[in-house]
Amino acid sequence: MRKLLRTIFLVDLIQGLWVTFRNQHPKNIYTEQYPAQRPRIAERFRGAPRLNINPETGETLCIACDLCALACPENLIVVSSERNKQTRRKELTTFTYDTSRCMFCGLCEDACPVDALELTQDFELASYTREGAIWDRQMLEEGPKPTWYRY
Amino acid sequence: MPEATFLDANELILNMGPQHPSTHGVLRVILKLDGEKILGTECVIGYLHRGVEKIGENRTYAMFAPYVDRMDYVAAVSNGLGYCLAVEKLLNVEAPPRAQAVRVILTELNRIASHLLWLGTHALDIGAITPLFYVMREREEILNIFEAYCGARLTTHAFRIGGLQYEVYEGMEKQVKAFCKMFLPRVDEYEELLTENRIWKDRLVGVGVLTAEQCKQYGVTGPMLRAAGVKWDIRKAQPYSGYEKYDFEIPTRTNGDTYDRYIVRIQEMRQSVRMIEQAVDDIPEGPIMAKVGKVIKPPVGEAYVSIEAPKGELGYFIVSDGSTQPYRVRVRPPSFVNLQALDTMARGGLVADIVAIIGTIDIVLGEIDR
Repeated sequence: MRKLLRTIFLVDLIQGLWVTFRNQHPKNIYTEQYPAQRPRIAERFRGAPRLNINPETGETLCIACDLCALACPENLIVVSSERNKQTRRKELTTFTYDTSRCMFCGLCEDACPVDALELTQDFELASYTREGAIWDRQMLEEGPKPTWYRY
Repeated sequence: MPEATFLDANELILNMGPQHPSTHGVLRVILKLDGEKILGTECVIGYLHRGVEKIGENRTYAMFAPYVDRMDYVAAVSNGLGYCLAVEKLLNVEAPPRAQAVRVILTELNRIASHLLWLGTHALDIGAITPLFYVMREREEILNIFEAYCGARLTTHAFRIGGLQYEVYEGMEKQVKAFCKMFLPRVDEYEELLTENRIWKDRLVGVGVLTAEQCKQYGVTGPMLRAAGVKWDIRKAQPYSGYEKYDFEIPTRTNGDTYDRYIVRIQEMRQSVRMIEQAVDDIPEGPIMAKVGKVIKPPVGEAYVSIEAPKGELGYFIVSDGSTQPYRVRVRPPSFVNLQALDTMARGGLVADIVAIIGTIDIVLGEIDR
């Protein structure tokens, strides 16, 4: 009898609708208005790579040890260096990083002994060309320059 | 394969997928129909084949770890745990207790995330759109925890061989506890929406029945096996990563139909919350990384480790020839094995049920095709 009444008065369906109704309140909005509203990115987020420079002297921190290139599963980092005749130290000449093949696993930044290579919070990596996804040393030091939207 | 040339006059071959919203990826199912009735099915897989096992043979042990996340991308953390445990068994090391506790927290959170996505898409296939939005809302919280802990949301690469790379971030315990507290009422909310709903029940009860005997024949594991009444959970049967320390129950049902599998997964989410709460309350102090050399070079040998992934038994079989690269990596993916039962479940049913049955297996094509 009870079951019949529940069936006739659609109790099970109204119960579900009440849940939907409870969630109607405007404070329950979870949509982010990207790009107007920037998402909050975690500190440890693994995004665009950056080659850190010493902020005072402008010199690169990279010691051209090639450990990141060896750690990379996709072999997308190419480091080339030159031996300085006077100081007998290796100096970085070029550094290329192919972001189109990168899967942002973070193994390169784990391998870096001097914290020169770092995966940053930047995540807007789109490019109009395939070549644009291959970042050279200048791009890695300056960081990506995403388009600014006007709206 | 249903023979296309020997059809009766009233029989029909219907191709479903690979581009079909309800096949959860690129699964192609060839259906042999008699009107609305399914006479047989044939799965065509391999559209997402990337050769992950072969990639493993060309990478060092540490380098292969990010690739395993890309098999079952809905439960990437569980995949990483299985792989790390297998290599640790080869190396004969064990992760320190602190690392084990954090591993349990993250894998159980990932189990909830995987079940949530399953619930949302399964309900969406049946026609209930509302749960998907709520489910995504809660999943977002879990993904935020992952992002704050290891820097990625989906393909996490959270664990390293021998322990963890990242120390617990500040406020993680608080965030996880807040999630657990918020999440349990939300599970009740999903149940309010679905469990007693007459449309939901009409579509699920008695559909796609798989008895315990059939489950064992096919090697079906996970919630599908438990819904058929077999109390088998690798976390209890062969505890790994310190699961024996936590108190939880294995939810089982008896009928083995689609509705029971839904109930089992809902209960599992509650049990996962229970486990997370226990684990987060006492994360032991200590190191997070066992003594593993910079270059991982296991001795000659082989190891098989299976864990209870959200979808069933996930096994990693690794053969080492003493070099820095595995000689062979073999994955036992739960979705692949569970998908074998599709024909048995669907045969004799109606064509509308096939969507419910594919949904209830909880497949991820990245794992099936590898």
